[in-house]
Amino acid sequence: MKKILISLLFLLFGTSAYADCNIKSGSINILANDFPALRTFVETAKGCKGSADFKVTHSSEHNKIAVPALTANPSEFSARIAANSSIVPLMNQDLIRPLDDLVKKYGKGIQDSQLITIDGKIMAVAFMANTQHLYYREDVLKELGIAVPKTYEEVVAASEKIRASGKMQYPYAAAYKAGWNLAEEFVNMYIGHGGEFFKAGTAQPSINNAKGVATLNMLKKLAGLSNPDYLTHDSEAIKVEWESGNVALMTLWASRSGTLLDDDGDAKITAATKLTGPATVAGGNIPAATLWWDGFTLAKNRSDADAEATFRALAHAAANKKMVADAADQAVWLIEGFKPGPKSIGVIEAVKMKAKPYPMLPQMGLMHGALGSEIVEFLQGKESAEQALKDVEAAYMSKAKEQGFL
Amino acid sequence: MPNKTFFWFFLPTGLAMILFIGLPIISTGIQSFYAQHDQVVKEVKKCDPFGCTVSIVVDQEKTSKIREEKPLGKFNGFGTYVDRNHLAIEEIRKFWNETNSFGEFVDQVTNLPFYKALIFTLTYCLFVTPNVLLLGFIIALSLNAVTRRIRGPLIFGTILPMIVTPLVGSLVLFWMIDAEGIIGANLQMLMDDPYLSLKSSKTLTWITIIIYGIWHHSPFAFVVFYAALQTVPQEPVEAAIIDGASRWQRVRHIVLPHIYPVVTFVALISLMDNFRVFEPIIGFSAEGSAQSLSWLIYDNLVNEEVILFGSAAATSMMTIVGIAILLAPVLIRTWKEFRTAR
Repeated sequence: MKKILISLLFLLFGTSAYADCNIKSGSINILANDFPALRTFVETAKGCKGSADFKVTHSSEHNKIAVPALTANPSEFSARIAANSSIVPLMNQDLIRPLDDLVKKYGKGIQDSQLITIDGKIMAVAFMANTQHLYYREDVLKELGIAVPKTYEEVVAASEKIRASGKMQYPYAAAYKAGWNLAEEFVNMYIGHGGEFFKAGTAQPSINNAKGVATLNMLKKLAGLSNPDYLTHDSEAIKVEWESGNVALMTLWASRSGTLLDDDGDAKITAATKLTGPATVAGGNIPAATLWWDGFTLAKNRSDADAEATFRALAHAAANKKMVADAADQAVWLIEGFKPGPKSIGVIEAVKMKAKPYPMLPQMGLMHGALGSEIVEFLQGKESAEQALKDVEAAYMSKAKEQGFL
Repeated sequence: MPNKTFFWFFLPTGLAMILFIGLPIISTGIQSFYAQHDQVVKEVKKCDPFGCTVSIVVDQEKTSKIREEKPLGKFNGFGTYVDRNHLAIEEIRKFWNETNSFGEFVDQVTNLPFYKALIFTLTYCLFVTPNVLLLGFIIALSLNAVTRRIRGPLIFGTILPMIVTPLVGSLVLFWMIDAEGIIGANLQMLMDDPYLSLKSSKTLTWITIIIYGIWHHSPFAFVVFYAALQTVPQEPVEAAIIDGASRWQRVRHIVLPHIYPVVTFVALISLMDNFRVFEPIIGFSAEGSAQSLSWLIYDNLVNEEVILFGSAAATSMMTIVGIAILLAPVLIRTWKEFRTAR
């Protein structure tokens, strides 16, 4: 009887983690990207805000706001939900604070694997993983007797077959929008070829090589099988293409699978939409994809009281089994208690295949930026692969010199 | 107006201009001469959910010391101005020595980001400005000839493109010219070419943006011309009609000379506006095919995750110089006329 009572009490008070976070004061203001999993995460954090002020800005333009907003003193945001790439500029400018003390004090339930440590200091707490992987239309592949592609060479062959069958004009899609998206595709494909972006231990670029050329040629082949407007298509645009049934093979973020497989749109397409791991390329073992984590960081230029309140609210979400169970479909959570569902196949496969994380180097952002604008002319057929890579290196070098990396 | 009255009259505006335009330009100018300090990096162990690696980070202790001493950064003189992403003096010299034909040289130079952007910006100016003037004038003349009763609604309809926010206007057109949009799909049918895409071809993207520019800017020219037309005195026009002058002769010899100062004004303003072309590039997602000087500045400020203040400042200063050069002939002419008038 006593046991039952105790467990009942636990059910009443123990499961709701609210007991753990009666935050009395402070103000919480969060900057985050805008996709469903992050909204869920921030909502969960809001659930335990107590009497603290709580504000959140969800914006797909978060990258453009982050550095200026966190540079101000006091900073506009007390926390920023960042990823491998976006934590780098914050580190470069010394805008985020180490979390060791807070983790020790309030980090109950956060797993060690969630901690991002740099030089022995905890700089962020990750809560979900992401990658880009293949999506395919089961019905189309079956009808034409095509096996699910495992390599990009097979993706090309399959797309050509689909096009030849007259079923679809542009059977392949990926976010090739000039700028960040296109550069990301290059980074993935180049890593799949086993390439290195910089000469070891330096900020000197080293992409103008055979692997770089092979990467560009593969991107061009895939672009030729995509909608001719590919240079203007971001993740959202290709999602729309997919939902209108124009595409049978697609490389897209795992975090988008939720909206792709929801009840909106054509039920037949949704039912035939299947996920698989990222493809490899050129006979390589590691996938042509990068692994990403999303986690929270705290602004340095903000009072300790605000930081504490913010950490407690966010830590509540970052160790929340209930959220993970309720929103198992929205993301691949790194939080304890997560049971991967069919929508997490992509990331899990990528981890199994030993995909590399996106390079967290201080000068990587400059390389990414140079790639995004300088390889466009190659894809348009206006210059050779070697010339494009030479341009990327030159554009990167000027920027890196201005930033003091060279 | 006596000089003293003018001075007091102008003072508030002048102060506001110094505060909000003059000082920022000076500050931008100063920034353009500085680059970031040399980054002190160190090797550290980084761990994330996917494992641990040895990697490099910026050494904050050492960096912050240098930053405190010289917050502006490292003095770079005209270094940023002449680097490869701007005037690229060094590269151009190299191309000149290494290329065999002039055509090849031009190809190489126009492959540099600054010149690529400059060529688009100038092309845009050269095509849009005269067409805006012409179209605006023709619309103003025709509307001036319409009966008064329907003139109101017609004028409203004509200035609509100017009322619509540039981004919204370009987005509407962007969707229409999509390969599956109403214009894009019909063009494919007409040309019988399923691969035709207005957005992927560089030339077609340029043409689209230029047409959009003309569409968007004409109403401004029209409004000013229309107002000017109301001031044309009726007597000489009537006299000309009695003398048997044709409509074209009346426009050419009476109306145009009368509104000439206004034409100069509109030309000046549109040149300035067009040189700063920016919104349509974003609206049409045309970054891949068309880059303008303003877009370069935007790119330096937002697209890199690392903000390139020096680069952006240098491009801004060169944009200002560019506008000054473009406007010089018109300004000199106006000045001369002003002198002779006195």
